[in-house]
Amino acid sequence: MTTQATGARSLDLRTRFYEEIDPLLDAFPDVDVVLAVIGSGYLSRAIERHPGRVIDVGIREQALIGVAGGLALAGRRPIVHTFASFLVERPYEQVKLDLGHQDVGAVLVSAGASYDVSAGGRTHQAPADVALISALPGWTVHVPGHADEVAEILHREAEGTGRVYVRLSGQRNSRPHPVDGRLHLMRDGARETPVVLAVGPMLDTVLEATADLPVRVAWTATPHPLDADGLRALAGPTPVLAVVEPYLEGTSAAAVAAALADRPSRVLHVGVPRDAELRRYGTPRDHAAAHGLDPAGIRGPVKELLG
Amino acid sequence: MTTTSPPTTTPLPVPQRVRDLVARVTGDEKHDPSAHSTLDAVWTLYDQVLRVDPDAPDDPDRDRFLLSKGHGPASTYAVLAEKGFFPASWLDDVASWGSRLGHHPDRTLVPGIEIGSGSLGHGLPIAVGLALGLRDRSPARVVVLVGDAELDEGSNAEAIQVAGRFGLGNLTCVVVDNHSDGLGWPGGIAARFDLEGWSCAEVRHHDHPRLAAALRRTEPDRPTVVVVDTTAADPTREVAA
Repeated sequence: MTTQATGARSLDLRTRFYEEIDPLLDAFPDVDVVLAVIGSGYLSRAIERHPGRVIDVGIREQALIGVAGGLALAGRRPIVHTFASFLVERPYEQVKLDLGHQDVGAVLVSAGASYDVSAGGRTHQAPADVALISALPGWTVHVPGHADEVAEILHREAEGTGRVYVRLSGQRNSRPHPVDGRLHLMRDGARETPVVLAVGPMLDTVLEATADLPVRVAWTATPHPLDADGLRALAGPTPVLAVVEPYLEGTSAAAVAAALADRPSRVLHVGVPRDAELRRYGTPRDHAAAHGLDPAGIRGPVKELLG
Repeated sequence: MTTTSPPTTTPLPVPQRVRDLVARVTGDEKHDPSAHSTLDAVWTLYDQVLRVDPDAPDDPDRDRFLLSKGHGPASTYAVLAEKGFFPASWLDDVASWGSRLGHHPDRTLVPGIEIGSGSLGHGLPIAVGLALGLRDRSPARVVVLVGDAELDEGSNAEAIQVAGRFGLGNLTCVVVDNHSDGLGWPGGIAARFDLEGWSCAEVRHHDHPRLAAALRRTEPDRPTVVVVDTTAADPTREVAA
């Protein structure tokens, strides 16, 4: 990872992303940043130091992705950013065609996560983002849980050519962990005890929820493609597994089922429920509780899984 | 860099052999006008305007032609075959299992095809990004062809605005206007571009000297649109019996 030019590094994931743009543009001459207004106000230093390389198309999200596709066809490496609802859902066909079908890459970096903008209501919430991106061929999805992980992922992916979705959330863990695409055991236990797999920023919550339960806790920042080999090795011949994701429940269900297809397993998927729209405002903490994604909400179904 | 044809050649009507190549795609010896609505513009571009080389289809400094109106690829396929990007035999089994040419083109399958298209309203925003990426880095021009009905898609409005505000002098949009738009364009198509700072030209498709001149012309500080009216009668062609 390159060093930050000035000032203390932010622990907030989204702020850290903005802080990394200027050093990224220094380090990678092929990188351009494409915005639809959101984020522009945080990037004055990068805009000043790198004329023409932070491209704000205005509130035009179809053009946001189309322009990114064109830049990639010209050999540029676009980093594209806005809230998840406007980055993934509104221009979904552009993501499918202007990037995927053209067989070009980009780094899409979203803010807002599932319910960070809890007070903003449904228009600014996109818990289905990872499910939607994972439904398209050739994407890698990173869900970092710490600002240092954000920086490491950005610098690695800026150098690449693939299609990458990086999901930034207001929720975060106290410490960074390895973001190498693999599953990592965060709390060990007896062999073949049940495993709770926490994705990204859910780790600290899962560790708290299961502190006194007979489970092992694993973690990954890269739910797609899922580290199937790592999951199989960890889960053993008769897995009992809970997957805790900070977005639509069951988003990783197909990948988990495919990884464990050769053995009898019991798998619980915890995430933002898909059957109803939560028509409430409040804080992200309120929403986590309402969705069963706070320590108490996670603990209940995991205990049921343990029987 | 090699060009397919020197730009000083006197523009001529589309040769009969190229029309015959189109017919090999469409299977229609009477030359259905809808299959030909883009032919004059595409032929003039490849014969007179674009700096492209079939022997170096990936040259980073080549001009880019983006067929946004991907549902009418027959004329583009025919012109690319005529210019040597792929064998003319490819035209005989379009959209079959073994064919690289489909009813909508795929850039990963066809030399000379710059974008996969078919769903309307994607080419112009991609062209804006391509022009931004090439500007000040390459002499390449970006020429994107859209249809008048395709302009219904709001993504085009976004791209017209962005290209105008960014002053993309290396971008040209060719609007093939066969008056197929259901709700029409009160005040004209060019006015939509003119308001956003584009340089505008309106020509009739069979007027090849003016068409070639309009397609060659660029301005350093603004994008160019050429609206090509394909509904005017072509005095150079006889109506098929």
